[in-house]
Amino acid sequence: MLWELLLVFIKVGLVSFGGGYAVITLIQREVSEKGWMGSGAFQEIVSLAGMAPGSIATNTATLIGYSKAGLGGAIAATVGIILPSLIIVICIAVFFLKLQSNDWVRSSFYGLRPIVTGLILYAAVHFAFSGQSGSWLSWTMAGSLLICGGCLVLVAKYKVHPFAVILLSAVAGIVIF
Amino acid sequence: MIATIEEEIVRKKGWMNEEEMGDMISVSGSAPGGVAVNSATFIGYRLGGVAGAVAAVTAITLPTFLIVFLLSGLRLLFKDNVKVEAALKGIHAAVAALIIVAAGKMWKASVLDAATFVLVAVSLALLLFTQIHPFYLIVGGLTAGVLVVLYKKKQGMSVVTEKVRTEERRDLQFPEYYI
Repeated sequence: MLWELLLVFIKVGLVSFGGGYAVITLIQREVSEKGWMGSGAFQEIVSLAGMAPGSIATNTATLIGYSKAGLGGAIAATVGIILPSLIIVICIAVFFLKLQSNDWVRSSFYGLRPIVTGLILYAAVHFAFSGQSGSWLSWTMAGSLLICGGCLVLVAKYKVHPFAVILLSAVAGIVIF
Repeated sequence: MIATIEEEIVRKKGWMNEEEMGDMISVSGSAPGGVAVNSATFIGYRLGGVAGAVAAVTAITLPTFLIVFLLSGLRLLFKDNVKVEAALKGIHAAVAALIIVAAGKMWKASVLDAATFVLVAVSLALLLFTQIHPFYLIVGGLTAGVLVVLYKKKQGMSVVTEKVRTEERRDLQFPEYYI
């Protein structure tokens, strides 16, 4: 199991372009293919991962590793997702520092960035509609929309720190639900 | 995030100069993985070789690792508490909002013309309606980028491959993928 966790997350780490939120989609696909956990359990992990500081992708890996194989699993998954970036960054630092000014690299990233946007959008859609039991017109749904909308305004318009927003929503959740 | 690292590394510690900092940002923004962890790798490597890189990455990961544990422990402790369940529902909505904000920032940095718009639409559609593995999308995007630029150049069109970078817009070019 440890070995499998390590390998799966090395695979994810290798293509973790775009950092955190885009990688959620990748991890979700791996986890559901392996049948490691259901969608509800996965979204709960993502929620927890979003609360902690640091990368939501790495935090998700840590929690999945922990739920599958305890402390050892958590370490295996975390090392797995970080290792490829570590090696790639060192290679770039040694060999191709001028990478960004290379035309091929520029054009590849021109195509890659929209894909990352697509991955994040998908994560948003999937996350927003998961774990919502009941109809569209339920009290829970209305409350969730209200909190989500409020957070959007606070973060996008007033540049409130994400952690403050998370704390506020926890309080709002207790009040509303 | 980048502003914090710059403050610490360039001004307080004097470990790197502004130009090296620019290199660091472009490397850690383009390699897979998070900008923060990649920056730590880059700085660690510059100052202390491979051992330095491993030390820096361990140091930036460890606190989060412990906090994640603490949180999941607390979660188990209060498993059936109604108040905690309600708070988590609120947090779920907040995290959804944060993902939407990240998508918006990434949209601004990525959708530069019709071709990039189509790529976003196609990748989202494929993810929603097929079982395609995201890995193929990433490889497809890298390839499509090269092909589109080649085609446009052949047609004599000019292509802007990235947002014009100015000091204030650094954060926009490498959006804060990570909170």
